[in-house]
Amino acid sequence: MQRYVVASVAEIPPGTHKVFTVAGRPIGIFNLEGEYYGLLNRCPHQGGSLCDGLITGLAVGDRPGEFRMIRKGEMIRCPWHGWEFDIRTGQSWCEPAKIRARTYPTEITAGTEVVRGPYVAETVAVKVEEKYVVVEF
Amino acid sequence: MSRYPGAIDCDIHPTVPGVGVLLPYMDDYWQEAFVSRGIDGLEMASYPPGAPISCRADWRPAKGRPAADSATIVRQSLDVMGTAFAICNPLTGGQVAVSESMGAAVCQAVNDWITKEFLDKDARFRSSIIVPPQSPELAVEEIERRAPDRRFVQVMIPVAVEMMLGRRYYWPLLAACEKHGLPLGLHAGSLHRYPTTSNGWSSHYIQDYVSHSQTFEDQLLSLIHEGAFVKFPGLRVVLIESGVSWLPGFLWRAIKTWRGVRAEVPYVKRSPAEIVREHVRLTAQPFDAPDAQAVTRIVEMIDSDAMLLFATDYPHWQFDGDRAVPDGLPAPFLAKMLIDNPLATYPRLKENPHEPHART
Repeated sequence: MQRYVVASVAEIPPGTHKVFTVAGRPIGIFNLEGEYYGLLNRCPHQGGSLCDGLITGLAVGDRPGEFRMIRKGEMIRCPWHGWEFDIRTGQSWCEPAKIRARTYPTEITAGTEVVRGPYVAETVAVKVEEKYVVVEF
Repeated sequence: MSRYPGAIDCDIHPTVPGVGVLLPYMDDYWQEAFVSRGIDGLEMASYPPGAPISCRADWRPAKGRPAADSATIVRQSLDVMGTAFAICNPLTGGQVAVSESMGAAVCQAVNDWITKEFLDKDARFRSSIIVPPQSPELAVEEIERRAPDRRFVQVMIPVAVEMMLGRRYYWPLLAACEKHGLPLGLHAGSLHRYPTTSNGWSSHYIQDYVSHSQTFEDQLLSLIHEGAFVKFPGLRVVLIESGVSWLPGFLWRAIKTWRGVRAEVPYVKRSPAEIVREHVRLTAQPFDAPDAQAVTRIVEMIDSDAMLLFATDYPHWQFDGDRAVPDGLPAPFLAKMLIDNPLATYPRLKENPHEPHART
C-alpha cells in the first residue's frame, strides 16, 4: 500500500470534483460536503470517462407518476450510456450486486504530517500549514 | 393417436359467420340498426377472409365460412391435436366499431354466441371475453357480466387501440382484469384509428403484417413505463399471435435503455426484462424463425421456460399437417409450453367451471 498526496483541500471546494493522475491512474476526487471520495475515471461498463458525467441525485418513486429527487449531488451518470453510480461507494444503481465503479479510500492529512513521510507527492508542493487529500492504494 | 395429447391451445379462432348469428343476442334497437343499415361482414382488415393466411386450404369449406361451428373445429383441430382445452379468440370487426355503444353491443352478442355455440357444445372449449377497447367503461361492464362464468379465462382486445395502453385511461380495464384473475390478451390487429406503421399508412399488406410486432413492442413499453405493472402487480398480459423471435432483441434494447434513462420512470425499479418475464406471456404461433437451430438459440436468449404458450392459431395457415410447434424446442421446454404454462397463465383452467367458486 502506498499513500499518494493528490491535492490540497483548497483545490477541491465542497460540491466540486477534479480528476488527477495518481501513479498513472486517472482518479476523480469528489468533495461531498467536506468529505472526499476517490473514483477511478473509468466506467466499469465500457470504460467511459465516468467522472466527466452528470453529477445528480437519485430519482425515486414508488407509484406511477411519483417523481422525487433525493441525495442531491451524490450520484454520477456515465456520459456514455447513462449508468448511475453512487459517488461514495461506486455501486451501480442498475446492477448493484454485480457492477461497481472502482473507488479509492481518501483521507485528509495535515501538511506537517505529510512532510514527515512516507508519502508520495509527485506533483504537489506540500506546505506545512495546508491540509492535503491523500489517496491510498 | 393425437399429436399433442393434453395440450392447451391458447389461440383458436371461431369465425362469426355474419351478423345474422349475432342478432338473436341483440336488443330490438341494435337488431333493427344492423338490419336496416345493412351492416354485415364484420371481418377485421388484418385477416381478409379470402387471404391464404386467414384459413388453411384443407380447412376451408366448399362454401360458407371456415371454423364457424364447434363440430368443425373439434374435427379439424381439437381431435387431431389432442387438445384438452382450446381458448376461443373470435376476431370480429364489430369489436372495433367507431361507436362505443355499437362496439359494446357486438361484443356482448359475440360473447353470448360463443357461450351457446361453443362453450355449451363441448367441454374442451374456453373463451376470451371480447370487450370494446374504445370504451374502458363499457369494457369493464362486459367483464363484470362475463367473469362469473369461469369458462371465460381471459379478456381480449386488439393490440393497436386508440392510445398507448399503459395510459391511465385504460387503468379501469386493467384493474378489472387483475380483480378477476383474467389475463389481458392482446391479439394481433388494429382498431385502425391510426396508420398501421409508426411512420404512416403502408401501401401493402406485407408491410402491415411484418411491422405489426412493433405495435406489440409499443404497447409493452407503454404498460411497463407508465407503471401499469407497478399499479397492478397481479396483471398478466398475453401477446397473441405476435410472433416470438422479435422478443430477445427487444428485451436487450429495453434493458440497455432503461439502465441509461430509468430516472425518467423511477417507479420502474426492476429491469424491463424481469418485468416481462413475470407478467407477460406469448402464444407460440407463429414462432417466426427459420429452422431448429435458430429456434433453440432464440429460446435460450429469452431465458425463461415459462413464457411461451402452445397455440395452433387455427384456422389461420401457420403450419401444415399436425406439426403445430417448431423443431428445436428442448423437450422439457415443450412440455411446459403445451400444458404447464397455459395452466399457470389461465388459473381458471384448473377449476371445474360448474362448481361454485368463492371468487367472482
